Amino acid sequence: MQSASPASSTPPAVAFVGIGQIKRLGDPLDIPAPSGGCSTEGGEGKASCGSSGGPDDMPPEIWEKVKNHPCYSEEAHHHYARMHVAVAPACNIQCNYCNRKYDCSNESRPGVVSQKLTPEQAVKKVVTVASEIPQMTVLGIAGPGDSLANPKKTFDTFRMLQEQAPDIKLCLSTNGLALPDLVDEICRYNIDHVTITINMVDPEVGAKIYPWIFWDHRRITGIEAARILHERQMLGLEMLTARGVLTKINSVLIPGVNDEHLIEVNREVKKRGAFLHNIMPLISEAEHGTVFGLTGQRGPTAQELKAVQDACAGGANLMRHCRQCRADAVGLLGEDRSEEFTQDKIDQMEVVYDLDRRRSYQEQVEIERQAQHQAKQIALAGASALPVDDLKLLVAVATQGGGRVNEHFGHVTEFQIYEVSAQQTLFVGHRRVDLYCQGGYGDDEQLPSVVRAINDCHAVLVSKIGACPRDELSAAGIEPVDAYAGDFIEKAVLGWFNDYRSRVASGALVHQHRGDAQIRQGAFTGAQQAA
Amino acid sequence: MALKIIGSTCTGCSACEPECPNVAIREKGGTYVIDPKKCTECEGQFDSPQCVAVCPVDGCIVKA
Repeated sequence: MQSASPASSTPPAVAFVGIGQIKRLGDPLDIPAPSGGCSTEGGEGKASCGSSGGPDDMPPEIWEKVKNHPCYSEEAHHHYARMHVAVAPACNIQCNYCNRKYDCSNESRPGVVSQKLTPEQAVKKVVTVASEIPQMTVLGIAGPGDSLANPKKTFDTFRMLQEQAPDIKLCLSTNGLALPDLVDEICRYNIDHVTITINMVDPEVGAKIYPWIFWDHRRITGIEAARILHERQMLGLEMLTARGVLTKINSVLIPGVNDEHLIEVNREVKKRGAFLHNIMPLISEAEHGTVFGLTGQRGPTAQELKAVQDACAGGANLMRHCRQCRADAVGLLGEDRSEEFTQDKIDQMEVVYDLDRRRSYQEQVEIERQAQHQAKQIALAGASALPVDDLKLLVAVATQGGGRVNEHFGHVTEFQIYEVSAQQTLFVGHRRVDLYCQGGYGDDEQLPSVVRAINDCHAVLVSKIGACPRDELSAAGIEPVDAYAGDFIEKAVLGWFNDYRSRVASGALVHQHRGDAQIRQGAFTGAQQAA
Repeated sequence: MALKIIGSTCTGCSACEPECPNVAIREKGGTYVIDPKKCTECEGQFDSPQCVAVCPVDGCIVKA
């Protein structure tokens, strides 16, 4: 693919769901705690740990499992990297948002891959990457088909890797159809993280997403197909929970198909012990050649996605930092270093797997991480307490890592989005604003799409910003702020919020509601920096 | 009586290979081919040819 969605498209005027339109979850569910899990402890049915949690929020054995896993811990993803190996090309179901024929190095979304690998090639690649990137702690098998529709290739890879690099955590993702039959095998290889893609708990909804499944030597279509898939997904999830395997549920939010339904999915997966729920926007463009792309099914806007995520508060914990990475991604979330590790390059590399070096590097990472954590706590403790009211705003932050406002506006490939109120400052997601293609677009052409991506924010916090984008952002109603350059993000966001409220209180400013924002579709080509 | 895979539309995903009850499918240069001598179209074995049922590309596997 050479270009993704037209840069001129704007969020639709009418959204399928808006904030406030969605019912909150009802009464707390009375659910028994899963074996070894923590996701249903605490009062009011609120899960007590999740991707945003830290060591104080969960039992030590769970923290031990997630602390170095970038997908399962929001904090870890700033420090630790993961990689996927594309050893599993076959699939046992068809999804309307997937087209496995698709292959392009400029494409970045699940299910897409450039080079398929044999298990032997995959293991060599993992060992090579782990030697080059000592903070790479996790290997996942995520397709491009279904990891469990290729059990031999998937488990051969895990087995061989365990022999050569026993410190690397293993995880896989699956649609769940074959899962119940392979839970024993998953436990045999100490795979303690499994992602199941669950887009529905109602076969009527499922029939709109899955045209067919291959099951018991037959191609099954329609509601029966979705019913079987649903039953297998629920059974597989229950079995994993019973074994103490941490599960993440991925759901693709498809406006008009399963948007409000995902609240029920969240409830059902929480009931069955899911550790995390990751609600992701549909990626859909005609040039992807998917059924949804060709029928014009659009993805959600930023506010539609957030509305569903917010409505799931109180249910299974949400993952908010997913970057919807490729089936062969390498590096920190939000960066892709797979180009450095193509097969021909790996073939020429001499690799010595140095476990001690990896350990000592990771100890340094851990020291740095603790220092950041403590500095942040001190900074936040010093932030002035605000009188409580209902005001709640979104702020976009430009950061190159370290938990600080430290990126120039013009260099940003993705903004972090924080929701701030007098009560709390909450990371709620990120927005990609990298160029579709490297050539042909200057900074001037880029700016309007940046505005669309953060149009629901009241301010954008940066280390520096030029005069032109400053004026254009202001004209669009987004306040460019460089006064907090170098500060910790939460402290900076709170500081700006405090200032904003005092300006509103003094009459210097009239508070206005922001509109919706657009979720960038398609290629993620520009991120070579730390997430 | 046999089926063939149209190489230009085959994605090489390998889903068909393990499903064939006659071990008639193998990889050849990134895509898959059916050995016509071994293929039975799954007659008497399954309701429908297994490779066709599992293939993600409509029309990729046809009568030879």
